[in-house]
Amino acid sequence: MPRGVIRKRTNTTRRPVPLPPTERARKVHSQFKTRRTLRWRVVDIVVASVIGVAAGLIFWIWNLFYAPVTAPLEVVAPGAQALLYGVWLFAGVLGGLIIRKPGAALYTELVAAIVSALVGTQWGGALTILSGLAQGLGAEIVFALFLYGNYRAYVAVLAGAGAGLGMAVNDLITWYPAMDFSFKAIYGVSAVISGALIAGLLSWLLARALARTGALSRFAAGREVAARA
Amino acid sequence: MTLLGPVRGTRRIHAINPVAKLTASLLLSVLLLVTIDWVSAAVALVLESILFLWAGLAPRAFFRRTAALWIAAPLAGVTTILYGVPAGQTYLQFGLIHVSDGSIALAVATVLRILAIGLPAVVLFATVDPTDLADGLAQVWHLPSRFVLGALAGIRLVGLFLDDWRQLELARRARGLGDSGRIRRFLNQAFALLVISLRRGSKLATAMEARGFGGDTVRTWARPSPFGGREWLLIAIGAVIGATALTAAVLAGTFRFVIG
Amino acid sequence: MPQTDDASRAHPAPPPAGRVPEGVAAPGARLSAEGWGWRHASRTAWAVRGLDLVIEPGERVLLLGASGAGKSTLAHAFAGVLGGADEGEQEGVLTVDGAEPERIRGRVGMLMQDPDSQLVLARVGDDVAFGCENLGVPRAEIWPRVDEALAAVGLDLPLDRSTSELSGGQKQRVALAGVLAMRPGVVLLDEPTANLDPAGVLDVRDAVAELVRSSRATFVVIEHRVDIWLDVVDRVVVLAPGGGVLADGDPHEVLRERGAELARGGVWVPGHDPLEGRSPRPAHPAGARGVPADVLLTGRELAVARVPGVPVASGLDVDVEAGAALALTGPNGAGKTTLALTLAGLILPEGGELAGSVELTRGTAVRRAARRMLARSPLLTSASPFVWRSRDLLTRIGTVFQDPEHQFVSGTVRGELEVGLRVLKLPEAEIAARVMETAGRLRLDHLLTANPYTLSGGEKRRLSVASALVARPSILILDEPTFGQDSRTWAELVLLLAEQVERGTSAVVVTHDRAFIDALADRELVVGAGGVR
Repeated sequence: MPRGVIRKRTNTTRRPVPLPPTERARKVHSQFKTRRTLRWRVVDIVVASVIGVAAGLIFWIWNLFYAPVTAPLEVVAPGAQALLYGVWLFAGVLGGLIIRKPGAALYTELVAAIVSALVGTQWGGALTILSGLAQGLGAEIVFALFLYGNYRAYVAVLAGAGAGLGMAVNDLITWYPAMDFSFKAIYGVSAVISGALIAGLLSWLLARALARTGALSRFAAGREVAARA
Repeated sequence: MTLLGPVRGTRRIHAINPVAKLTASLLLSVLLLVTIDWVSAAVALVLESILFLWAGLAPRAFFRRTAALWIAAPLAGVTTILYGVPAGQTYLQFGLIHVSDGSIALAVATVLRILAIGLPAVVLFATVDPTDLADGLAQVWHLPSRFVLGALAGIRLVGLFLDDWRQLELARRARGLGDSGRIRRFLNQAFALLVISLRRGSKLATAMEARGFGGDTVRTWARPSPFGGREWLLIAIGAVIGATALTAAVLAGTFRFVIG
Repeated sequence: MPQTDDASRAHPAPPPAGRVPEGVAAPGARLSAEGWGWRHASRTAWAVRGLDLVIEPGERVLLLGASGAGKSTLAHAFAGVLGGADEGEQEGVLTVDGAEPERIRGRVGMLMQDPDSQLVLARVGDDVAFGCENLGVPRAEIWPRVDEALAAVGLDLPLDRSTSELSGGQKQRVALAGVLAMRPGVVLLDEPTANLDPAGVLDVRDAVAELVRSSRATFVVIEHRVDIWLDVVDRVVVLAPGGGVLADGDPHEVLRERGAELARGGVWVPGHDPLEGRSPRPAHPAGARGVPADVLLTGRELAVARVPGVPVASGLDVDVEAGAALALTGPNGAGKTTLALTLAGLILPEGGELAGSVELTRGTAVRRAARRMLARSPLLTSASPFVWRSRDLLTRIGTVFQDPEHQFVSGTVRGELEVGLRVLKLPEAEIAARVMETAGRLRLDHLLTANPYTLSGGEKRRLSVASALVARPSILILDEPTFGQDSRTWAELVLLLAEQVERGTSAVVVTHDRAFIDALADRELVVGAGGVR
């Protein structure tokens, strides 16, 4: 038998992924010969779920505290409370950055929403899950636009902004349909800014910090950082 | 695990397939989300309140599980009173704050609507066991088993999170970091928890693969997930409540379509 | 817990425990590696290289090697879970019954080290059934297999018992039952007892021994504690670090020839003393010193509780003395760890009194959160460690947690060592000097810029001890410091702690490790049995 008996059978279903454009990234890729596939491995599914569950718990804690924290913003400018709502969006961006598979952002945010619904939120199960869907979709679309091949900081920021947009659309329809235009405009802009910074930039930094701990050694996201360090 | 632990019991509601509970809850939510008016919300709330008697929750458990909802709904109401679309007579105007007949009516509708959507969802979810839900999602809805079970395994790790969190907290005090910076400490702890659980998740994935998970073999299910008459009945109840509420609103002339 | 009315739960009564039913004994499989090697994608060095090894059907093999010899990598490869080309590079050929392991997952049943990441599902029955479901076993056949497998590992548990309520030993046996229910041709155990207490180790060992006796499956175990498995195996294979086989053959012969070398590499070899005859406590036991020791911390009629209102142990009288080592022992669940964390000032005593000496209490202040408690509770005084500020604990009571990862707070080893000293506001020069001294003493000096989480198990343990010691606490409290450690780290810990105690530090150690107690402790408090021995 030739060398390389242990080899995935999914060779035929594997599609090539565009490599990140920079020289450094290309070097990292060639050095470690990791062939990328868009098919989810078991570890992708389980770790995405773990991120989702952890995020769901953080959401649940945030749900208990966010009202008093964001109330002052609301007094300053109604709708500006959304400036801190980016906390609810980090799950999807983080999942997308680490897992790097189609659907990862949507899946992670959705799991987080379902978990926080199971633990108990003031919004009830269905509404929470609906928010997760809208928020995850916002981030997912951005990662898809980059063909699941670019996970640099600016893409993370854009994905966060996308999630913020998804959240704003969903919230304004579900929760604030009766508000006047100025509220809706302030809310929407605040949500996008918050998504970009809290969910986008912070998730990117978080993913990098996680990679440095070696916890992501089974992921390309982890190996790249380890290779540079 | 009391937070996630399902309320168990022998009442009929406990045995109903969780997928049916999810469907009924989603269906009812979607129907009630179409409009914002006090009639539809009130009608739904009254009908639901009757059914809560069969929900399999003792009164104490009911109020404990729905406590957050009873706080959130009035808060959303207050926001709407202050900033809702003004109409009719104005009572107070200060900056963007504008209290009027219109915003008060909307506030009442908002409070009732949140309760009407939220209460049944919380109540139905309270008796759902995650394992049974996963069984149902994979066998009844035929969602991909790799994802359903991967998510279920991830959720099981939550049970370990709570112990870990406590240890992390004690360790921070032991290491001299317990005196100040509550938010920083929280973030530091949350990061440590994430690292620990990602490692555990990676190992769990390996253990699952070692037991043949994720291969090409078509999976069997040790336990069936029955879906029959009583499941359809529950979904029908959800649909009827929603439809009745909407019809009442249309007849009363209060129906107010949300998008637009 | 109420029984569910699920029809599928109606199954025949399980066979008596300990007897392996015919069905569990699947025919053994043949494992083979030819010039095999594997390099993890994130590493430049090969984990295993140039390995030639054949294990025939039905053989019982103990796989040894120093840490880093690639034992786990090999086990993962045979189980078909290395992750394929995504996660690394392979050379040579490795087969199970002549086939790629990835294609026939389930033919090799693998059990790994950490009980918490072995169990997949929330209920015992579901978890044991999980492998069968994945292999497509028909429903009607699954439940009888589950009962058989649980009986084979000697567990008599309700099928809907929550897996998170089990002890470590029970969890490993449930996971083993899950492996057996698949009827594998190879049972492959990768350090299955490393995270278990002695009782759990014996439970798992006995279950496996019984299984091996009555089964035809090939059996491979990786373990650095030789004595556990010596009677169970008929062949020992020693892997060389960096690749290849160092020794292979009859267990006793291999250990006679290679025992000393293995022992130096950290393997626990029977007849080889990890301390190599060194006496860690010359003046031990304490009584011999004749000088009454200073008592730093006194507990009277102490009741301790992890959850307020639910005491796990009570009526405890404890004196923590300077320059002495106290071992806290007792069965699982007796409250040893809870007592240790209470003594450490981390948990509020449930009842009784706990007070630091005048010496120890000098300079402490009551933290804000505890002020109201202090006013309300008649038992608490400002001498109770629980009311002290967090920074007061650093120089008084250092705590080393059972899982080192729980106490990591920084991104580098240096940061771990510095963080407490900065809280104490020591001058920079002093901080740098102490960090270098402590790091050097615990062989961490070459790792100062490494991320704590990326260290090996032994290094993590040394760092967790170092980060407590660097603040020079009067009392050092350790929770199972020797759990899962190789013999080399074990000996280092004993010598280090002995040195600290001889210098006047007080050590309080929760442990099941008899050798550790014999080498170090002046006194032993058996929690759950009452009284000091």
